[in-house]
Amino acid sequence: MTLLDALTKQPAVKKEPGTRLVDLFEYGLDAPICLTWELTYACNLSCVHCLSSSGRRDPNELSTEEAKSVIDELQRMQVFYVNIGGGEPTVRPDFWELVDYATAHQVGVKFSTNGIKISPEVAQRLAASDYVDVQISLDGATAEVNDHVRGPGSYATAMKAMQNMYDAGYEGFKISVVCTRENIGQLDEFKAIADRFKAQLRLTRLRPSGRGADVWDDLHPLPAQQRELYDWLVLHGEDVLTGDSFFHLSAFGDALPGLNLCGAGRVVCLIDPVGDVYACPFAIHEEFLAGNVRSPGGFQDVWQNSELFRKLRNPQNGGACNSCAFFDTCKGGCMAAKFFTGLPLDGPDPECVVGYGEELLKNRKDKDKEPPKSSITDHSHRTTREGRAGRPVPLTLGLRPGLERPPVSACEENPLAGFAPAAGSTRCGCGDGGCGS
Amino acid sequence: MPALDLDRAWDLHPRVSVRPEPFGALLYHFGTRRLSFLKDRTLLAVVQSLAEHPTVRAACTSVGIDDAALPRYERALATLAQSSMVVERTP
Repeated sequence: MTLLDALTKQPAVKKEPGTRLVDLFEYGLDAPICLTWELTYACNLSCVHCLSSSGRRDPNELSTEEAKSVIDELQRMQVFYVNIGGGEPTVRPDFWELVDYATAHQVGVKFSTNGIKISPEVAQRLAASDYVDVQISLDGATAEVNDHVRGPGSYATAMKAMQNMYDAGYEGFKISVVCTRENIGQLDEFKAIADRFKAQLRLTRLRPSGRGADVWDDLHPLPAQQRELYDWLVLHGEDVLTGDSFFHLSAFGDALPGLNLCGAGRVVCLIDPVGDVYACPFAIHEEFLAGNVRSPGGFQDVWQNSELFRKLRNPQNGGACNSCAFFDTCKGGCMAAKFFTGLPLDGPDPECVVGYGEELLKNRKDKDKEPPKSSITDHSHRTTREGRAGRPVPLTLGLRPGLERPPVSACEENPLAGFAPAAGSTRCGCGDGGCGS
Repeated sequence: MPALDLDRAWDLHPRVSVRPEPFGALLYHFGTRRLSFLKDRTLLAVVQSLAEHPTVRAACTSVGIDDAALPRYERALATLAQSSMVVERTP
């Protein structure tokens, strides 16, 4: 079953349209509220759970001029701010130029970084700007937990960046944490780090997207940890941001603060480095590809008229979840999480707290059904982290294609150096006729 | 909570941007980085006409809000005042 089939099937019980904001948002908006824009696939890190399988730059990435014309369009559409990410967006040589261009055109910027370029000077500059918000990624409150996921040295880089931000007097930058099996027990420590740097903590959900699919089974929080996370979020409610990513936990009790809605294609979307527009940042797969900003109608036409987005702008089909008491707040959870674990989109989330997802996952394995893989180019680094960490790297030695033998060194003394016998004469000996006889 | 006096002049905060939507409007405050929603086109009209009127009451009357509906809009505006989306005009 394709995505579109699942979404266009009529729900068993047709509900009256509601008047809550969330009900209105199900029909979509004229422009996104929350637009993620990944500027590059290039990244200095190789996080094991990277949503966009980033590492190497794509030669087809939007040019500075193309990026600026996207910003012009966002200004016309009154997109208040963009969440810039990557890859590591700050490694793009025109990154600051684009940030300045956006803020000069009434498009606020929040960018996500691993901190690599946040020097004391950059931090000073950021502290002086009202329109730029910064989000530093940290996936462990200790180097051990963080670096296991984000790579050696990444904890130190992030902490240095935070210190620079704090020293520059930038208050309220965000520390963004992807919640995993290994760091759920560190929530209080994360909060303490945020308080120490006068920053705000932001917790988000681990998705089985991109390289995240490879580690999801090992890293996604266990059922008891989900409860721990929910209780912690209820306790710290307003102080902690979640990007509205835990609405599937609402089934534990009261709904968490936020819209509690799958915003894909309705209030949220992603522009990737080559200008492709996807329904959400967690769904880089051709099934969720709505168009490209380079097409004649630009981003606005994709957002307002793409067939995919029009289909998504309908009340969610609860399918198997319709009879669940928590469907009103949980809405069946995250579309991308279901898709990349091979579950039907009109059913429970793989991390459904009532346990329906687990059951389905078990059955999926019985049927030997492979979860869908994205055919979008994988931009992961070709080397592995282990290879760089001092272990032997297997190499195949050989001549460059087209080169029959090694080039002659300038210091070669042999008078026959570089002499190539004519073809057919390599066996040598005058009997071959090679002597001109 | 800043009390909103209907008989004084109020304005949209200079750093708030308004985007009309089919259901009402979105408000974004670039200073506090907070988003608010107006669930009603009439409320949007009031907010947009605040600057042209000497009092909030006059702005409400100008968009056709009658006395019966006024308390509802007063409450909505007070909520917006709480998040600094609208501010009292300073002479």
